[in-house]
Amino acid sequence: MNLNHMRKPAFACAALMLIAACGEKQEAAAPADASYQETLMGQLLDAEPGDVIEIPEGRFAFDRSLSLTVDGVTIKGAGMDKSVLTFAGQIAGAEGLLVTASDFTIEDLAIEDTKGDALKISEGENIIIRRVRTEWTGEPKTENGAYGIYPVQVKNLLMEESVAIGASDAGLYIGQSQNVVIRNNRAEYNVAGIEIENTFDADVYGNVATNNTGGILVFNMPNLKQPGARTRVFDNEIYENNTKNFGLEGTAVASVPAGSGVVVTSNDNVEIFNNDIRDNKTSNVIVASVFSSGLATEGMEDDFDPYPEGIYVYDNAFDGGGDNPDGLDLQALKVAVAGPLGRLPDVLWDGYVDPALGGPGDVLCVQNGEARVLNVDSPNDNKSPRIADDGVHDCAFEKLPAVELTGPLAGL
Amino acid sequence: MRVANRRAENSKWRQTRLQASKHAGQSWRAQGKSAGQAVLVAAAFLVSACSQQPETAPTFHADDNPERLSDWGMIAATDGALKLSDGVTPYDLATPLFSDYALKLRTVWTPDGKPAIYNADEAFDFPVGTVITKTFYYPTPENAWTGDVQQGQERGIHDRRMALDHLRLIETRVLVRREAGWDALPYVWNEDQSDAVLKRTGAVIPMTLTRDNGEMEPFAYLVPNANQCAGCHATNATTKAIQPIGPKARHLNKPSSFMEGFNQLDHWLAKGLLTFSSENSPLLRDARPLHPEEAPAGPAESRPGDAVSKDEGRAPQDEENFQFPRNADWSDETAPLAARARAYLDANCSHCHNPNGPADTSGLDLEPGASGPAMGHCKAPIAAGRGTGGRPYDIVPGRPDLSITVFRMETTDPGAMMPELGRAVTHEEGVKLVREWIAAMEGVCS
Repeated sequence: MNLNHMRKPAFACAALMLIAACGEKQEAAAPADASYQETLMGQLLDAEPGDVIEIPEGRFAFDRSLSLTVDGVTIKGAGMDKSVLTFAGQIAGAEGLLVTASDFTIEDLAIEDTKGDALKISEGENIIIRRVRTEWTGEPKTENGAYGIYPVQVKNLLMEESVAIGASDAGLYIGQSQNVVIRNNRAEYNVAGIEIENTFDADVYGNVATNNTGGILVFNMPNLKQPGARTRVFDNEIYENNTKNFGLEGTAVASVPAGSGVVVTSNDNVEIFNNDIRDNKTSNVIVASVFSSGLATEGMEDDFDPYPEGIYVYDNAFDGGGDNPDGLDLQALKVAVAGPLGRLPDVLWDGYVDPALGGPGDVLCVQNGEARVLNVDSPNDNKSPRIADDGVHDCAFEKLPAVELTGPLAGL
Repeated sequence: MRVANRRAENSKWRQTRLQASKHAGQSWRAQGKSAGQAVLVAAAFLVSACSQQPETAPTFHADDNPERLSDWGMIAATDGALKLSDGVTPYDLATPLFSDYALKLRTVWTPDGKPAIYNADEAFDFPVGTVITKTFYYPTPENAWTGDVQQGQERGIHDRRMALDHLRLIETRVLVRREAGWDALPYVWNEDQSDAVLKRTGAVIPMTLTRDNGEMEPFAYLVPNANQCAGCHATNATTKAIQPIGPKARHLNKPSSFMEGFNQLDHWLAKGLLTFSSENSPLLRDARPLHPEEAPAGPAESRPGDAVSKDEGRAPQDEENFQFPRNADWSDETAPLAARARAYLDANCSHCHNPNGPADTSGLDLEPGASGPAMGHCKAPIAAGRGTGGRPYDIVPGRPDLSITVFRMETTDPGAMMPELGRAVTHEEGVKLVREWIAAMEGVCS
């Protein structure tokens, strides 16, 4: 079975949720101040290392993207609901704020309705993102920008207490980075709530991911500068991620079935533990190779490892979920495996095993009470999907150490 | 030196160089860089320059960012013309960046006539004090400014002046090579077109474009802010150093638009604006053909389609085999389609889409040497978001309507379009070229 063909549009429940979201978001916003644009742009241009740029309370309108290229700058607002930068009238620029600098801190502000990504931070070290809200107001829709908070190719990153709403790709998206702590954030009504992609050493904890299409994703994509490994996903609340996939065809997340709690694709050494994962209607946890991810494998570099391995699921609280999977294929699978009134097991695995490995126990270990693994049997065209009750996943991997932030972020 | 040979087209250099050296009875090596003819030509340039009385003198501002463009003394609007100061050299590119149909006048000036050092692949290494300007202007139906602009051809320079009737000067971007590196400064022309004023925060100028086919299209012309300059000119996202983009051998290697009958690189060499260092003598330079389609047959060349690494290609060459790298003129319909399309993508994309550029996050490389999935062939998007336009791969052979590249060139949605900055309308002619190129490709994506 191909996960990319599993998705089918529009559940009644998802539609209801959309309406609810719509209703919530339609409070009239105060008119925004357009005169501040020049001021802030000038401050960003003239910034010097050590500067703190304070953004006052208010709603400020921008028609162009902002950018910062100077190391050592802090941007600080009065609160994520008090200092609001709105880009609803944006006519140019692919981001709201683009930062290409190190030793950067941004906190206590909101970036709304950008045409592309809201906050992108590219190639920096020692980055702190704290209490930042990125949001596309109105209902979740494909026309929304792709990423809410998007650090890429950064080292030593702390993202905490932030909020991402409505991204048409990923709300909190950490790409091609190293040494990352993502904690106590909230992601809702995005296609992917939190996505860790091609990143080494990430701790993702204390977050709430709800009402996304997929709650927390840990992906490796081919043909990038670095693969990724060693992500710990723990102590999160990941529930009711059942919003219809509104990502555009062709994107990596467009193939994520609505109702996915945690999705691991092609990544290695991923620990999923102590989470509260419930009521994700396709499956609470999905583990897949790139072959059933909907990602293109054309021209995949020889050294890219398409198989997940060392995925360790333990001590999570699972409840509900798997009862109304996304798409006819998965619905049929559910009926075949669990009957019309049953539900899919908590862990869905595509069944691919790296030929270099010993077997399924090298791919996926589950020490999680009653939780069971469904092997979808994708390598054999899903001919014999089966619940693995033979103990092959009753195993354990060595636990990963905690990520320690370093340098100026040490001890945070 | 090949200044003796008045054939400006590099593609013919190989033959003509042979003839020229036979006639001269000299080899490249023996002739060196100070060939008598080069000196003569250079002298002719000087004479013609000196016959004009400069009204302003080029000035290198080492630290301060002057408020007015005229303070740099490179170009000045006087008597209904934009006038180039003494020592300021205009140049153009085989295939330029598209900027909402703005026409461009590019100039370069180096202090004390110091030369830039040649580089086969990167921007030339210009001396401290170099000032490069790029002036953006449009043809207009009226002399009075109404916001209406037209498609048109770049206006010639006669007697070091470009006539300004029925033209609107919009902005001049200055790149200055200071001790610590390059700085980029945007100047916006004032209402009466007498001078341009530093506008570090950029500007948005509403305009209405009338295309050649008569269609009218309102758009917002963007003058980038100084940080956005770096968005394109910091071509290495790790060093983040600002670099010129246009003055590279492959872009400049074309018939000079300003010195008839000469190749532009010859012009620069003859003027002393460009020289070789002992390390990068052309006799040792990279033999890698820029485009597989352009690779001449011969034992010293790679097979078409081979990706030749720089090290492999850096074999010593004799004079007969030497070629400067060369991009096609994207609009030259006699050139191979692929060469035109790759030149277009190089000029419009590779400042970010190179192996170390800001778009290296995407894995897409649009420099001339890239091939296969790296240059988009059946390559799935990474973080394009809705920039995919719902399409599966950057390039689907034979299927431009399924190719993300075409979608991102066609759309004017800031969240999906490419390039991300500096374009508000669709470059219909550029899109057509890339469409034709993809349509002609064979093969399928699995």
